[in-house]
Amino acid sequence: MDGLLQIALKLLANDKGKFFTLILGITFAVFLMMQMTAVFSGVMHRSAATIYNIGAKLWVMDPSINIQPDNIPLPSYVLDAVRSIDGVKYAVPLFSGSGLVKLGDGKYQATNIVGLDDATLFGRPELLEGDIFNIYNNDAYVVVKDAQYRKLNAPKIGTTFEVNDHRGVVVGIAKAFVSGLFGTPTLYTTYKRAIADLPTTRFTMSYVLVEPKNTSDISAIKKQVQKLGYMALTQDEFTTKNKNYYLYRTGLGTNILIMTLISVVVGLAIAGQTFYTFILENSEEFGALKAIGAKKAELISMILFQSTVVGFLGYGFGVLISSTVIALAKLRLPEYASLVTYTNLGFAFVLVLLIIAFSSYLGIRKVIKIDPFDIFRG
Amino acid sequence: MILQAKNIVKWFGEAENKTYALNGVDIDLNYGEMLYIVGPSGSGKTTLLSILSGILRPNEGSVTIKGKKIWQLTDDELTSFRLQSIGFVFQDFHLFSRLTSKENVAIPLILKKVPWKESLAEAAKALEIVGMQHRVDLPPYKLSIGEQQRVAIARAIITKPDLLVLDEPTASLDGETGKKVISFIRENILNEKHAIIVVTHDNRIYNFASRIVRMEDGKCIEGMKSENEN
Repeated sequence: MDGLLQIALKLLANDKGKFFTLILGITFAVFLMMQMTAVFSGVMHRSAATIYNIGAKLWVMDPSINIQPDNIPLPSYVLDAVRSIDGVKYAVPLFSGSGLVKLGDGKYQATNIVGLDDATLFGRPELLEGDIFNIYNNDAYVVVKDAQYRKLNAPKIGTTFEVNDHRGVVVGIAKAFVSGLFGTPTLYTTYKRAIADLPTTRFTMSYVLVEPKNTSDISAIKKQVQKLGYMALTQDEFTTKNKNYYLYRTGLGTNILIMTLISVVVGLAIAGQTFYTFILENSEEFGALKAIGAKKAELISMILFQSTVVGFLGYGFGVLISSTVIALAKLRLPEYASLVTYTNLGFAFVLVLLIIAFSSYLGIRKVIKIDPFDIFRG
Repeated sequence: MILQAKNIVKWFGEAENKTYALNGVDIDLNYGEMLYIVGPSGSGKTTLLSILSGILRPNEGSVTIKGKKIWQLTDDELTSFRLQSIGFVFQDFHLFSRLTSKENVAIPLILKKVPWKESLAEAAKALEIVGMQHRVDLPPYKLSIGEQQRVAIARAIITKPDLLVLDEPTASLDGETGKKVISFIRENILNEKHAIIVVTHDNRIYNFASRIVRMEDGKCIEGMKSENEN
């Protein structure tokens, strides 16, 4: 390391009180930022749970759909029309709705019910217990073992219940890649049983799931679907549409953004103030350095290095603490929707850079203004 | 001759607030000389010292050090020149309290891009010269004022500058310690390769000077003195 930077580091680290205050301030700010954005990511991720769990490449839907749970049934000709589009390998119907389950103890529990295409079971879940083909048995349902599983009294294979006054029996326990957002358990069954057991409108198909022959066919398929008056979205597009709805049309995004910005302001205030005081207390010594022969660029590099060190340490500790807290919270609270993503980490990093830049600016501005003549003048 | 200053004029403020701090000062300094600049407060001593050492730009006049007109240099060139050729001992020392004595002394070498370990080794030697070899790892706040003074001197001489500039070097010291410090500088640092300028109020140390320049109202009233009487 350059000797001057080593001096800068010692000046900073040997002032233990300020050093720890600076790190603590940035750590706290990063912790808050990470919590806010992780909760947001967790909520967004869970809001698209069915999209992830079904895993279709292309979803055909009514153009008015904003989020996956919106249920605007499609007429059955849409399925035939989509199947006839060039580039479509196969297309299947999907039912997505909600049902009221009466449990063995007499209590009722609202559930999400997914009806899979009877012929292909496309979008089937991965089973932890049971055989997926038992889904064709009379009254058969597969229960998803996610955070909401306990709400169905943790059923086992063979457990019976009522779905809208129809008998249901558990034939499989499925793994959930992503738990749902709204705290309701999920049941899988066949499409036919779903529309038989649940009250529906004239049209029953919630979505048409499409497997293209090639990825390159997707844009042509989308255009053809559009000509039919419907909308086809890839999994990523549908997830984004889903997220954007919560982000921009529910106030959730605005609130999270405000809280995150408050975290940044807290970080800026603590780090900026402490760093400025640090520079102020050493201003005469920096003036002496200038007189001795330190160039402006060298002093600026010292300050930038100091603020970068505390910024990165604060970022590291903040990420570590927030990730640990989230992991521990998830162990105790399965419903806790919080997710640390690379985007969160990047976002927090950019905001830490902002704090570093602001703190450095205050320090640099002060140091540049120091006149070595003042050192002589006393 | 190491330094020659001609017709130095410096004023502060503008128009009706314009105040002359220096009004046509000529001064020169030879190698091996220890020049004192003395005079009452407000006479312009510190302003003159700042101009002679390349800290404060004069409004008129020129300063030539080692044949180089320093006020014709760019800011960066002047900064480098100070680093290479001038050593400073400030009145309040201005040592970094969070660094050890050795690290404080090493700073000018570090600024000259000398590697860290080498700089510290040289700093230890400089501290030995000023008799502080037993205090190298202590921070300044654990040292007495006299010891801090010696650390500041070590920092000033570590680059072996041609010109050493001392601003009120005995102001914080008692009479006896002040004399010791100046005597030490005179005997151990001053030689035919160096010159020293001292700004002082302290008449107890006048007899260490090679020459004394008295200042009053921004002008030099030269009071020549023969070679040190000490």
